[in-house]
Amino acid sequence: MTYLAYGVVAWVFAVGVYGAIVSRNLIHLALCLTVTQSSTYILLLTLGYRHGGRAPIFKGVKLGTAAVDPVVQSLTLTDVVVSVTVIALILALALDVHRQSGSVDPDEISTLNG
Amino acid sequence: MSARQRLRGLIAAPVLAALGAILVWGLSGAPAFGDFHGAYGDLLNRIAVPQRHTTNVVTAIVFDYRGFDTMGEEFILFASVVGVVLLLRDIRKPQDSKDDAVQSDAIRLFGVLMVGVVVVVGLWLAAFGLVTPGGGFQGGVAVAAGIVLVFLAAGYRPWRAFGRERLLDPFEGGGAAGYVALGLAALIAGAPFLHNLLGPGSTGTLLSGGSMTLLNWAVAIEVAAANLVLYTEFLESYLVPHLSER
Repeated sequence: MTYLAYGVVAWVFAVGVYGAIVSRNLIHLALCLTVTQSSTYILLLTLGYRHGGRAPIFKGVKLGTAAVDPVVQSLTLTDVVVSVTVIALILALALDVHRQSGSVDPDEISTLNG
Repeated sequence: MSARQRLRGLIAAPVLAALGAILVWGLSGAPAFGDFHGAYGDLLNRIAVPQRHTTNVVTAIVFDYRGFDTMGEEFILFASVVGVVLLLRDIRKPQDSKDDAVQSDAIRLFGVLMVGVVVVVGLWLAAFGLVTPGGGFQGGVAVAAGIVLVFLAAGYRPWRAFGRERLLDPFEGGGAAGYVALGLAALIAGAPFLHNLLGPGSTGTLLSGGSMTLLNWAVAIEVAAANLVLYTEFLESYLVPHLSER
């Protein structure tokens, strides 16, 4: 068996988390979160893969042909949509923080102004 | 490296080590690559075409077998767009200005030609979502990307024809409401929520999947409008300070 795909999952996840820890910019932080989440797409698609399996689309294909798992693919679709919308919301929050405090560095905006 | 960052690294190290250990432990229990036999997935691959008359099993799962989840997903999209609009809404609107018009004729020509191509690709993805790869989510994103090319290729003034909330809001709300309405229509007819009232249709045609086709289009409209609202909000919050400086 090959561990390459699972290695890629762990690597992408680790890169995203590392970026989030050392981040000095809220927009960079948001993108690190997206990278971290991308590892879940790879994990889901890796889990559902089958050797010799086709895409689970049976247009012009005999029924019963080996195909990869369609459930994880639809979960990945959900994952992508949620990721995109949440990132839009986070970026809007970052813009608002910049408007309020004039900075996107989390260390500089740590004091709360009410 | 400042003292603060070093402290942060020290705090993160044990947490990351624990997280890494859990990740490796979890992945070691995963099936060997290419050897997955999920009972649910295999079953759907076999019954989706005869049962639902849709050849794209992934879309059949999204709009039928897991249709209720997709409604939740659609409202995550809706709620976060509302959040973005509330956060970024600014009374000041960017002034129409000739300064930001795109100067290069080559970019203008190429961009304007691409608008039509990308929008048609998006509509095609949405329309045939139940037959070939695609679907409402993918098609809606592509349609919105095609329309935002107007801004990239021609500038802000032509883009204003599309990037108006008053124009987009009914589509966004209508798409979300349409999905729920189709679910409730099934309830009123005495069937379970989101039951396929129109019957499966004939395999391989634009109307295969029955109600799924309508759900697919409701999602496509909502996703396209939601993306355009997001583009509008972010563009305006960028352009208001920049254009007023001139």
